[in-house]
Amino acid sequence: MKPRPFDYVRPDTAEEAVALLADYGDEARILAGGQSLIPMLNLRLIDPAVLIDISRIAGLDVIADRGNFIEIGAAVTQNALMGWPDLKLKLPLLAAALPFVGHFQTRNKGTVCGSVAHADPSSEIPLTLAVCGGAVVLRGKRGERVLAADAFQQDMLTTAREPDELIAAVRFPVIEGKGVAFDEVARRHGDFAIIAVAAIADGRGEVTLGVGGMAGRPMLRSIVGDAAGAIAVWAGELEGYEDLHASAALRRDLLRNLGPRVVAEAIRCAA
Amino acid sequence: MRRVNKNERVRIALALNGRKLAAAAEPRTLLSDFIRQNLGSTGTHVGCEHGICGACTVLIDGVAARSCLTLAVQAEGREVKTVESLAAPDGTLNPLQAAFRANHALQCGFCTPGILMSFTDYLARNPHPSSAEIREVLSGHLCRCTGYAGIVKAVEEVASSAPAKAGKGDHASEAKHGGRGV
Repeated sequence: MKPRPFDYVRPDTAEEAVALLADYGDEARILAGGQSLIPMLNLRLIDPAVLIDISRIAGLDVIADRGNFIEIGAAVTQNALMGWPDLKLKLPLLAAALPFVGHFQTRNKGTVCGSVAHADPSSEIPLTLAVCGGAVVLRGKRGERVLAADAFQQDMLTTAREPDELIAAVRFPVIEGKGVAFDEVARRHGDFAIIAVAAIADGRGEVTLGVGGMAGRPMLRSIVGDAAGAIAVWAGELEGYEDLHASAALRRDLLRNLGPRVVAEAIRCAA
Repeated sequence: MRRVNKNERVRIALALNGRKLAAAAEPRTLLSDFIRQNLGSTGTHVGCEHGICGACTVLIDGVAARSCLTLAVQAEGREVKTVESLAAPDGTLNPLQAAFRANHALQCGFCTPGILMSFTDYLARNPHPSSAEIREVLSGHLCRCTGYAGIVKAVEEVASSAPAKAGKGDHASEAKHGGRGV
């Protein structure tokens, strides 16, 4: 229950952090809020040679309104984003999802980008990023690249980030004039979701539905017309993995029940 | 740029309950262990050591956080507050502690230091929370003997006696977003 030894480096700038990543590669882990990383260290599930602490880098602690999208820097905590005054207006799906992310106490430290980096398949923020069609900004010594959410998260805890790249920010498209809804089933509020469901209704009869916890990454489907029927078919096609908390059959059943309700709520919101 | 090599013990200085203290620790030393073993303040309890139980919750620069999910070196230069900061020097309990005692909000007391620190932060942001909001914050803690009803009652009692001037509307909307950012 204590971490193995590691080196600790706390760079003062993002450039220094990127240079350190170039030196250490996959021997290094980025430490921001630590709410996913430190449990894994304490449980000795991972054994990095060095932690690069980016939590005090001033330029990364920024929520920037870029017009069509909102860019959230790597050191922005989940509670800082929840307190951002424009959240409900510009990112209503994220506003609906964030209260499900961990607990008040972990959101104080846990970062938005850290949740995306960790890529837990039942995690709310990566699901929301995928349903919104957001993107991840990766910065390395060779330069910067922007990957769409569905190209970024590949499988359970697996992303397209190269070992020498820093997730500098995530971009959430501004959602206006659409209906959104988010809900999940968990053993206790704030625990990992057994399944999480997010929807955006465009107001013209089409709904983008996303589900977390049914596969190694968030899965998306466009729904037009009979939602219950379409979701029942989709639930049967999804992998629906088994773990201590739920069988694949229970997960499918939860999606069949929760999915249509969330779709209806998004359509109602759009109207 | 701060750099500490593995197995290297370096001096880590922080303010604990208003006192500037320092001790030697390795990079892997958790803040929870640093406070208890290196600085000798054992009021903070250590339960699960992976962020689930909440017993080790402290304030870091005024914000409630798991000290078992924080490295001591991360708290370098920060203001850390633990349960020892709550009562007056003569031992008089503060209103939150007194309400816990009056409402039987603790039995063995193992989880209590963390719960008190969580609500110290939360009530400062939202002095008049609803019962649902109290339960939401309490969901970040596990109590295995008393149960939660007495804890909710104690926090409600403190909230009902807090001055109304804080502007309930503002805080209620903040609370919906899980509190002000840091």
